[in-house]
Amino acid sequence: MKMPLPDAALIARKAEIVRALQRLVPGEGVIGDPAGLVPFQSDGLSAYRQTPLAVVLPETVEQVSAVLAWCQANGVKVVPRGAGTSLSGGALPLTDGIVLGMAKFNRVLEIDYPNRCAVVQPGVTNLAITAAVEADGFYYAPDPSSQIACTIGGNVAENSGGVHCLKYGLTTNNLLGCEIVLMSGEVVRLGGKGLDAAGYDLLGVVTGSEGLLGVVTEVTVRLLTKPQTARAMLLGFPSVEAAGGAVGDIIAAGVIPAGMEMMDRPAIEAAEAFVHAGYPMDCEALLIVELDGPEAECAELSAHVADLARARGATTIRTSASEAERLTFWAGRKAAFPAVGRISPDYYCMDGTIPRRQLPYVLSAITQMGLEYGLGVANVFHAGDGNLHPLILYDADQPGQLEAAEAFGADILKLCVKVGGVLTGEHGVGVEKRDLMGEMFSETDLAAQQRVKCAFDPDLLLNPGKVFPRLHRCAELGRVHVHRGAVAFPDLPRF
Amino acid sequence: MLDLAAKTETPKTADEVVEIVADAGATGRTLEIVGGGTKRGVGDGVAADVVLSLAGLAKVIDYAPEELVLTAQAGVTLAALEKLVAAQGQMLPFEPPHLAKLLGAKGKPTLGGALAANLSGPRRIRAGAARDHFLGLEAVTGRGELIKAGGKVVKNVTGYDLSKLIAGSWGTLAVLTEVTIKVLPAARTETTLLLFGLSDTQANAAMVAAMNAPVEVSGAAHLPQAAAARPPLKGQMAVTALRLEGFAASVAARADHLAEALLGFGRAERLDADHSRQFWAQVREVEAFHKDPLPLWRISVPPAAGARVGEALAGDTLYDWGGGLVWLLSEGDPLQVRAKVKALGGHATLYRGDASAFEPLEGPLADLTARVKAAFDPKGVLNPGRMGGA
Repeated sequence: MKMPLPDAALIARKAEIVRALQRLVPGEGVIGDPAGLVPFQSDGLSAYRQTPLAVVLPETVEQVSAVLAWCQANGVKVVPRGAGTSLSGGALPLTDGIVLGMAKFNRVLEIDYPNRCAVVQPGVTNLAITAAVEADGFYYAPDPSSQIACTIGGNVAENSGGVHCLKYGLTTNNLLGCEIVLMSGEVVRLGGKGLDAAGYDLLGVVTGSEGLLGVVTEVTVRLLTKPQTARAMLLGFPSVEAAGGAVGDIIAAGVIPAGMEMMDRPAIEAAEAFVHAGYPMDCEALLIVELDGPEAECAELSAHVADLARARGATTIRTSASEAERLTFWAGRKAAFPAVGRISPDYYCMDGTIPRRQLPYVLSAITQMGLEYGLGVANVFHAGDGNLHPLILYDADQPGQLEAAEAFGADILKLCVKVGGVLTGEHGVGVEKRDLMGEMFSETDLAAQQRVKCAFDPDLLLNPGKVFPRLHRCAELGRVHVHRGAVAFPDLPRF
Repeated sequence: MLDLAAKTETPKTADEVVEIVADAGATGRTLEIVGGGTKRGVGDGVAADVVLSLAGLAKVIDYAPEELVLTAQAGVTLAALEKLVAAQGQMLPFEPPHLAKLLGAKGKPTLGGALAANLSGPRRIRAGAARDHFLGLEAVTGRGELIKAGGKVVKNVTGYDLSKLIAGSWGTLAVLTEVTIKVLPAARTETTLLLFGLSDTQANAAMVAAMNAPVEVSGAAHLPQAAAARPPLKGQMAVTALRLEGFAASVAARADHLAEALLGFGRAERLDADHSRQFWAQVREVEAFHKDPLPLWRISVPPAAGARVGEALAGDTLYDWGGGLVWLLSEGDPLQVRAKVKALGGHATLYRGDASAFEPLEGPLADLTARVKAAFDPKGVLNPGRMGGA
């Protein structure tokens, strides 16, 4: 994994840069000493580490604006950061850039029940939004598994998902507005409390832009009313094919569960050994299906789902009888990553999405690849929406295993694209999948995206080295144009 | 504004679209982009040299009901698509309004047009807008380049979400040639609770109460007495309507729950599924305001502020989206309409009328918008002037 060549001249100016930033963000808002920078060296993709020039922790929008304007004027790169839980290296620092940490923006500004929304600062954690409104019967729907730590600003940047997005959508489907600061220091409001906004849907393109377009300083999220009841079902199947078939049958029957998760045998065994959720040990694939709504709906649909599972040969069919039991059913799935961490010194989590009909083929191909690479795999899978999370097991202390795991992961993602899917369902491209973007997009496709980047950040100072495999200067992209249907880069394959 | 003398090009392939757009760019000509042409009247006049029609790109490419995904060429009609998915027990979740009759147009609205205008029906409040179901695209930018963005699966964060940006850009950034959308199972049944005789303020409060009850309201509209008296309802009193959709047992339970939550606003009557469908079709198409000579505004505000639009501005109103979408027939001064709506935290679009249609943008947002337009269409080939300055 290569990052853009650091600018040695900028690194040499570190002391001056830190002093200038301290004038903009006084007090303890600027960290420049090497020990203080260590916690910021990586994000949730901890295999990659770099030390930034400095970390700035602003407290006001004016400070964010002043810092960005100063950095633009002085050619200093900026990496925005929420809680640093990104799994794709979105918040990986640059050695010749600063990290702009938004942790101090941690207030819920307004809860507006009549308009079913909340206005919050970007450093508020995902779970804290729900915590602020749940006593009144509301919640914020997207629930990435890091929700106790990850911030809403980071969720906007990554368009985070979670186990409930088949029914309730990703972050982008649950936002009404945000305020962002451009690299120029200009403050722009996108959307508001209404259900659509004037002009282009810039909120839609900022969401999921991985911190490359602007720094989010305020977010207006949609609140939903909590369902009256929720019930989880544990369904054990003799094969992955049978479980996959049941998922298709459930959706074909018109049922969109609140969550529908699959685990394969290695994942079930790891999770059961860790949390003792009572998972059946005699099956090859386990489905957790959650139904929510009025009691009458949960009762009707759970009976229906049980019939469909039985028809696919399910050997275990259990429905939670209490809230405690529902949470127990989920406990193993939610702890699947750390559970796998107990059976392997290291693991590498992938995130492709495939058309669900390809599941049996893709899982058997992954198993085969694992044999070839000599590495084990445990699979957890957002079955409803086809989002795979193969966990590649490796030992970083064994020479060559990290590289083998990375190559194996890349092969899995290429396979996802080949069968009609995509590189990332919810974790983002970041640095991790950056060099695979060509698997999905042509140079022309990527140039169109990069021109959007140029409209927001013409000097390419905001989070460079992420998402795009090659950095094109904006002036260079501006010159690329086509005459009489002659497509640029005609030799490149189109997908 | 409709230059009927302009030449019309009807390409049959995406490559032909590329050729037409690239040629226009090279020769300094402009293009008006149309699907069925039903929304040509909306927006500032497009005085283009050539009309580029997507009517020749009308095939369904792939539809896998179990995957909840459908890929089609942009010129496929909404009517054809609705029939296709209904046959599989599915629906277009964003319930796109057709609006042809509202706008006095003869053509058939297309999927590409509905997405380009980000048009969503009453279910917007529950299921999301057109843009929320727009998963991926193939389009020709104003530079004459065929690009692809998004994907063909329901969950994807790879690269910038250009589908969202193109949704609601009214053909000013790129010509959609192929689109992928998310579809959902159609509701097995539905019912609508009706309250009669409420003032706009009471109705807005009733809609807030309904939306804030855990019953998954999928339509919340209010027709004040004047709108309700018009065809097709021709009623005596104002009517406030709340729709519930889903499996039968669930709908029945939620209807009971909702009726009780609304007791303070009166006893609710219930519509059976067929009458409920008819009722929401006329709300979606704003039938009460068909064939009226007055200027028609589409106003988007925070839902709880809906009734305040009616208080602030003279004219007949119809409220959808729980108050968040207000249709207003008004001869009021456009500047004043915009100013009052803006003060309520919203924006106004003139759907029928002679003044500039789209809300003007200001400051850094206007500058950013102009840069985004230039990124896709630096020579201003596509729909010049459609969205005002952009």
